[in-house]
Amino acid sequence: MSKTDKNQFGFETRMIHAGTPPEPITGARQTPIFQNTSYVFHDADHAASLFNLQTFGFIYSRLTNPTVAALEERIASLENGRGATCCASGHAAQILAFFPFMEPGDAFIASNRLYGGSITQFGKTFKKFGWQVHFVDVDEPENVRQALTPNCKAIFVESLANPGGVVSDLEALADIAHDAGVPLIVDNTMATPYLCQPFEWGADLVVHSMTKFLSGNGTSVGGCVVDSGTFDWSQNDKFAGLTEPEPAYHGLRFYETFGDMAFTTHAHAVGLRDLGATLAPMNAFQTLLGIETLSLRMDRHCANALEVAHFLEGHELVDWVSHAGLDSSPYRALAKKYLPGGAGAVFTFGVKGGYEMGVKVVESCELFSHLANIGDTRSLILHPASTTHRQLSDEQRVAAGAGPEVVRVSIGLETVGDLLADLDQALQLAAKPGKHAAE
Amino acid sequence: MAEELIYSDAYLRGILGRVRTIAMVGASPNWNRPSYFVMKYLLEKGYGVVPVNPRAAGQEILGIPCIATLAEVPGAIDMVDVFRAGEAAGAIVDEAIALRETKGIAVVWMQIGVRNDAAAARAQAAGIEVVMDHCPKIEYGRLNSELSWGGFNSRIISSRRRKVHIR
Repeated sequence: MSKTDKNQFGFETRMIHAGTPPEPITGARQTPIFQNTSYVFHDADHAASLFNLQTFGFIYSRLTNPTVAALEERIASLENGRGATCCASGHAAQILAFFPFMEPGDAFIASNRLYGGSITQFGKTFKKFGWQVHFVDVDEPENVRQALTPNCKAIFVESLANPGGVVSDLEALADIAHDAGVPLIVDNTMATPYLCQPFEWGADLVVHSMTKFLSGNGTSVGGCVVDSGTFDWSQNDKFAGLTEPEPAYHGLRFYETFGDMAFTTHAHAVGLRDLGATLAPMNAFQTLLGIETLSLRMDRHCANALEVAHFLEGHELVDWVSHAGLDSSPYRALAKKYLPGGAGAVFTFGVKGGYEMGVKVVESCELFSHLANIGDTRSLILHPASTTHRQLSDEQRVAAGAGPEVVRVSIGLETVGDLLADLDQALQLAAKPGKHAAE
Repeated sequence: MAEELIYSDAYLRGILGRVRTIAMVGASPNWNRPSYFVMKYLLEKGYGVVPVNPRAAGQEILGIPCIATLAEVPGAIDMVDVFRAGEAAGAIVDEAIALRETKGIAVVWMQIGVRNDAAAARAQAAGIEVVMDHCPKIEYGRLNSELSWGGFNSRIISSRRRKVHIR
């Protein structure tokens, strides 16, 4: 019997019910927003049990909060994981994912096609922690094997990359990671657990920017790390943070004491305690509401996006379209395997006319909003080279699928004909010599 | 690898609901050992727990005298909780089977990582309910929403309002 068989209920049922039974004291059916910082102890012994991690319960909302915990359980359920740790943003989730086992001098391998913000965080800010990243083209998984070093502690990829329409071969990458005795960490933000289930393919940790499709309405910044509970942290001596005595808990060994709950316990009791990147209860509530309609929204996001992609592919002012749902995509086969329900709603296209044309197109839209987010009910448009990927070198931008001519769209839930018309008028207007929406 | 052990929620709820007294074999007086965590939690939940460990016999663990062997535990034992490795578990299970009549032992529970299929079969043949490779603290917490407080996947979905006793 596989782990999946333990789920008595389907994905859509868990989307609405997982983690949120009726509140037992009042009977409140929708999840209450526990807008409070701290929780009363029964007595000194109860407090001691909580601080020693000997019993379950709440101490202080920097570590755990009932509304946030409800969201954590829901996402853990949807990803079919053991536990989840929510935090202030997707970037915070990436720090939390590495924090339990990375030490100064350690390294990890990451895809060179990651979202530009991740490349900057890993390449620049992580360096200050003494964490070294090796960026690799993971399209050829053997490149990853070649890049392995003795101090490598993890492999990090996106299931579906932002913004390039790139799909990672999760099964092959998980095999390489496990041969090396390290976890595969998958950013599942763009796909969501509705479209892709990384743990089924061998991933060990999943991270999310919940800001995107999970909350879905562009209301709340948030992040999450989900642990599969299946990685053996004691198989080698690489993961001392989880296997060796933790001085801040009087020599407690997390993996020995908490077993498959060790990572998530550590991420709260040490990670959130000391990094402090806690999710606000109100944001957890908004995200819970969003997830209740995840499957409905993703179906429509994907259908609209594919129609827009087809339209752009046939447009005279468009050079190319990178969407893994198109037959022209080199990632079509991987998308069929890993994203059977649809290849997502964020993709890029190349306009004829390069950087200047790209800027003009985004400035000429009337319905698409020009902003730096994805996964909203509204359709969004951006020119990565001049915005989100601005910090990267030219070479990094091209590798990340964010060259000068590239425009990124996140397709929303509007009437699809209106989206096609808006992009068409923006392209036509941008192509007119001397004409500019801003003029 | 052996088949994954899956026990229904109803089976585990039944055991945790019927049991009153637990003999914990392999209990440790060291406060940061997993067995100490489990014993403290089960005591807080109202179970009677008798620590059994020949190396700690005569000492008190959480205020309760530690007993050298199962046979020497005074009074009835509803459940034997095995905090020893799988190989050692066989002999402990056999001792529980031998004491089933006199002590009233109805359940043998082996902790996470402890599994002995042959011993489990012997216990079941003797009319004893068996749980292996699970933790009663984690299962109690999971079945009563406490595990969910830590962000864990309890795999429990219910629209019923849980009864809580306000004293």
